[in-house]
Amino acid sequence: MYAMRRWSVRHARLLEATYGVVERALVVLHPLLRRVGYARLERPVAAVERVVKGALFDCRMCGQCVLSSTGMSCPMNCPKQLRNGPCGGVRGDGRCEVEPAMRCVWLEAWEGSRRMRGGDAIRDVQVSVDFRLAGRSSWLRTARAIAEDRSGRGVGTVSGPMTGEPT
Amino acid sequence: MSPPDGLHPGDPLPPLAGHSSRGRLERLLRAGEFVVTAELSPPDSADPEEVHARARVFDGFVDAINATDGSGAHCHMSSVAVCALLARRGYAMVMQVSCRDRNRIAIQGDLLGGAALGVANVLCLTGDGVQVGDHPMAKPVFDLDSISLLATARTLRDERRFQSGRAISVPPQIFIGAADNPFAPPLAHRVDRLEKKIAAGAQFVQTQWCFDVPRLEAYMREVRARELHRRCHVLVGVGPLVSARAGQWIRDNVPGVHIPDAVLERLARSTRPRLEGRRMCMETVQRVRDIEGVAGVHMMAYRQEEAVAEIIDASAVLGGRVPWYPEREDVASDARRWAS
Repeated sequence: MYAMRRWSVRHARLLEATYGVVERALVVLHPLLRRVGYARLERPVAAVERVVKGALFDCRMCGQCVLSSTGMSCPMNCPKQLRNGPCGGVRGDGRCEVEPAMRCVWLEAWEGSRRMRGGDAIRDVQVSVDFRLAGRSSWLRTARAIAEDRSGRGVGTVSGPMTGEPT
Repeated sequence: MSPPDGLHPGDPLPPLAGHSSRGRLERLLRAGEFVVTAELSPPDSADPEEVHARARVFDGFVDAINATDGSGAHCHMSSVAVCALLARRGYAMVMQVSCRDRNRIAIQGDLLGGAALGVANVLCLTGDGVQVGDHPMAKPVFDLDSISLLATARTLRDERRFQSGRAISVPPQIFIGAADNPFAPPLAHRVDRLEKKIAAGAQFVQTQWCFDVPRLEAYMREVRARELHRRCHVLVGVGPLVSARAGQWIRDNVPGVHIPDAVLERLARSTRPRLEGRRMCMETVQRVRDIEGVAGVHMMAYRQEEAVAEIIDASAVLGGRVPWYPEREDVASDARRWAS
């Protein structure tokens, strides 16, 4: 819902902190999650993620969430799906070139990022989307990568040849 | 036409240490010359002579020609083909690559193919949405965006591999560029985005049309403060308006173009607006030249391409330098100069 999406950007700091708690919990639970099996957890967790992030961000379940780097404004709602926006077509009053009824997703992103503690991540170059991950849980994938990285068993789940590009 | 020392105009120039490409544009920019590039609109035709004719109007006043890639989401001859036709004649071409119509498999293939056909410069663009063009029913691709395209092009060239990791035996020797719009919101973050493009691989940028020099000056102050002009050559987009009405239409309908009221008022007051538009364009070229950190101008004179030579000539920004063109008399000595 558009109004909710705008609310989320205005409360980017709160959502950043909330997500931090969720991520830390998942990292702590990693040994348990591994015993249950990430494959088995994938569908239920992705379903929850779809509902929660759908309500808050109009999430499109790209499976490689970058909300922490985009001011809590989901870049998949940009009609060009820019991962490094905004494009040069933003109208003078800040509306989208393609969908004039909508404010530019990336103007929102830059504003939201200014409210966040880790907001400067918006300056990082984002690699292109890996379409194989669509529909999968970003939460599980990210938390698992962090946990495995810490335990020295990093398998390059976050980056590496799968995502391809240098940054 | 072949110069006596054996260097044909269509051949790549001898490699130089520290250069990414074997083209003229990079050499001129690195030498600190004030450079002029111009946009060529590919024809709605399969006739190569139309392409040659459209390039000829720039002869003697333009250092490199941009071939647009379905600009404004309209269908035209492809930029790869236009570049191949003109590179063969010796023109320095900037191949525009948009992410709207092709996915990463097709785009990487075109980067290799373009380089094989003599393209030394590539401009990485996201592209306009399909809704502004003549095929609004088309599927927009946007598999990459301009910044991930820059990174991909650099990977091909410097790491000699595709995005997938598969090796390339001979990498494309390309000078990599991007577009830049200092005039659209969020003004406070436009330089941030330029910085991102440079981080992703941009070695030069060509900006959107500049009709507001003070806004450009503010932008360039920030560029200089971050010393970005030392890492990336900034070419400012400039073009003539034909009338206040046309300007109004562009302002309302072309995404990302900012035209201040004062510009339209001056055109409206003029009894010969077409001439006035060219004069204003010439003044802008001169004012832009005087801004520290600006490396050149990029002329976008859609449907009045013949005005480019006249405007550049009147502005005197080339300072007597005559850019290379196929029939230039001193072609042999020029080839030797670049070879040495």
